[in-house]
Amino acid sequence: MNNSNDLSRRAFFAKVALLLNSLAATALAVPVVGFLLSPVLRERKSDSESWVSLGVLDHFPEGETRLASYRNPMVNSWDGETANIACWVRRVEREKFQVFAVNCAHLGCPVRWFPQSALFMCPCHGGAYYSDGSRASGPPERGLFQYPYKVENGELLIHAGELPTPGASAKLGGRKSSCA
Amino acid sequence: MRLKAEKIGRWFDERLQLASVVRGAAAHPVPRETASWAYVFGSAALTVFMVQLVTGVLLAFIYIPSASEAWNSLQVLNHHVTLGWFIRAVHGWGSNFMVAIVLIHMVQVFLFGAYKYPRELTWIVGVFLLLVTLGMAFTGQVLRFDQDAYWGLGIGASMSSRIPVLGPWIVHLLLGGPIIAGATLSRFFALHVFLIPGLLIAFVGVHLLMVLRLGINEWPMPGRVVRRATYVKEYHEQTARDGIAFVPYAIWKDLVFSTFVVVLLIACALYFGPFGPSGRPDPTIIQTVPRPDYFFLWLYALLSLLPPSLETPALLIGPVIVIVGLLLLPFFAGEGEKSWRRRPVAVLSIALIAVILGDFTHLAGNAPWSPAMNAWSGEPIPKQFLQGRTALERRGALVFQAKQCHNCHSLEGGGGSRGPSLDAVAVRLTQDQLIRQVIQGGGNMPAYGKNLSPAETTALVAFLQTLHPLRQTPARDASQTAALESESASQPSTPK
Repeated sequence: MNNSNDLSRRAFFAKVALLLNSLAATALAVPVVGFLLSPVLRERKSDSESWVSLGVLDHFPEGETRLASYRNPMVNSWDGETANIACWVRRVEREKFQVFAVNCAHLGCPVRWFPQSALFMCPCHGGAYYSDGSRASGPPERGLFQYPYKVENGELLIHAGELPTPGASAKLGGRKSSCA
Repeated sequence: MRLKAEKIGRWFDERLQLASVVRGAAAHPVPRETASWAYVFGSAALTVFMVQLVTGVLLAFIYIPSASEAWNSLQVLNHHVTLGWFIRAVHGWGSNFMVAIVLIHMVQVFLFGAYKYPRELTWIVGVFLLLVTLGMAFTGQVLRFDQDAYWGLGIGASMSSRIPVLGPWIVHLLLGGPIIAGATLSRFFALHVFLIPGLLIAFVGVHLLMVLRLGINEWPMPGRVVRRATYVKEYHEQTARDGIAFVPYAIWKDLVFSTFVVVLLIACALYFGPFGPSGRPDPTIIQTVPRPDYFFLWLYALLSLLPPSLETPALLIGPVIVIVGLLLLPFFAGEGEKSWRRRPVAVLSIALIAVILGDFTHLAGNAPWSPAMNAWSGEPIPKQFLQGRTALERRGALVFQAKQCHNCHSLEGGGGSRGPSLDAVAVRLTQDQLIRQVIQGGGNMPAYGKNLSPAETTALVAFLQTLHPLRQTPARDASQTAALESESASQPSTPK
């Protein structure tokens, strides 16, 4: 009868079993974490596919700011109307544009354009912006977010696909947005 | 008959082995004074939670967690499913009740010193219960997938994006992708229906177990001080000497209060009906004024009133301080006086927090910091400001409306409150100061120099100069007056 020897053998088996358990747990945990991180790790749309059209240039009279909307370049079939996104298009002159996100640079509420006073006003916390998108007053720390744009075949295209947020490296359409 | 029932009961208990546990829990002695109306909020919170559980499961029978269908399914619940509106109303009001009762329970526990030794962990689990309750409230608001939910998510994303370094990644994790869309709603559904309720049930279980094992906190008496060395012995002596059985001597008040709460909940649901949904969650409809549900209104006010430079630090550090503070409370004050009569700081803190939260919530109700978006077209200038005015001044009044000044400035209480009321602006500012303020802006006012022609500015300022109380003269530039006077004095006087 060697009691201590017997115990240590059982303890050894218990430890081996625990080790096997933790191996299995890790094998399961890695894909679980990978799955959870999928919104961050997912493949980005290629650059060319992120350009969406806002329509022909004639829709945007020179010197005016108009509301336009586009379908997000990356959609699931069940996104419904949430994938339709609005933006403000200001045609400065001929082919010079400014395309602003409707999201206030403070906390993202939709800003409205008032042509009479040439201001964008936010209904949430009272931010206001000038016609060129620069900050006029209120809590925002910066001007409105701008989409990169280009003119092709008489159409206005913007680089879209991401909700603009005021964070440190807030990006729009996967590019560094210019701060008005 | 009775014998038969007893026999069946015994058959089950032989296998379940639960009767003695339940009997022990029911009959355990509690201090006599705790059979009080002050001790009913915990059980009321549990009751409302059970109502939420049942109504939540019922709603899941119909609700579709899909960005394209959720709003439609809520309409079906409201209008087509028998009593669907009522179940939605109870669930919506239940969430308000739950937050309110949990907060009241927390205040009572704090003021009665119940978080002190040996109930520190009960308090800590309680703090987690508060957090998951608020988590349920926020995720639930998102599932009511309407305009408020959509823009509320945008606000949540904007806040999270301010976290240093990790911000953009956290936004993507929160939204389940680069924009608010189908994936966002699906993950909030999973949080609201599986993950957070699971945590909630687990925390409630542990919380209740500790309440049973450690015994309910005795009624605090000034001078009866908690000491680690002696407390447990004293507590058991007290309950042995003077205790009463929880069932039926203490529980009846819990039952009565829970009934009252449920009846009140049903009354609210019947009278006020379900919450929303408001407009479709269509981001191209920007004519919307998003507002959070009432338990987050104080936060909405805070975000509007903080100076911009303080906002990000306050958003990121504030919650950490509050949560860590709450968690560490029993370690800083684990012993000592329990009675609120001997804890003025505790009472004052509660009063201060209540005043701050109440005041912010009240402020958020009329949101003076937001421009009144339709005042320029919908809020006329009161007629006493127009009667007997010159053509130029009236033209100025027109400019005042057309340039949306009224959206931020009130006249006779009408219009926005973003900027100061202009009822008596002429008393405060001279003509030159008015021109400068209009053209250059400043002090949180945009500059209108580029948007006003000189003629418009002249007219607007002429109108603003008429805005003073009847017997109060408008402000004048004293130096200018003096200069004019000295000029006229130096001129040769005309013969009389």
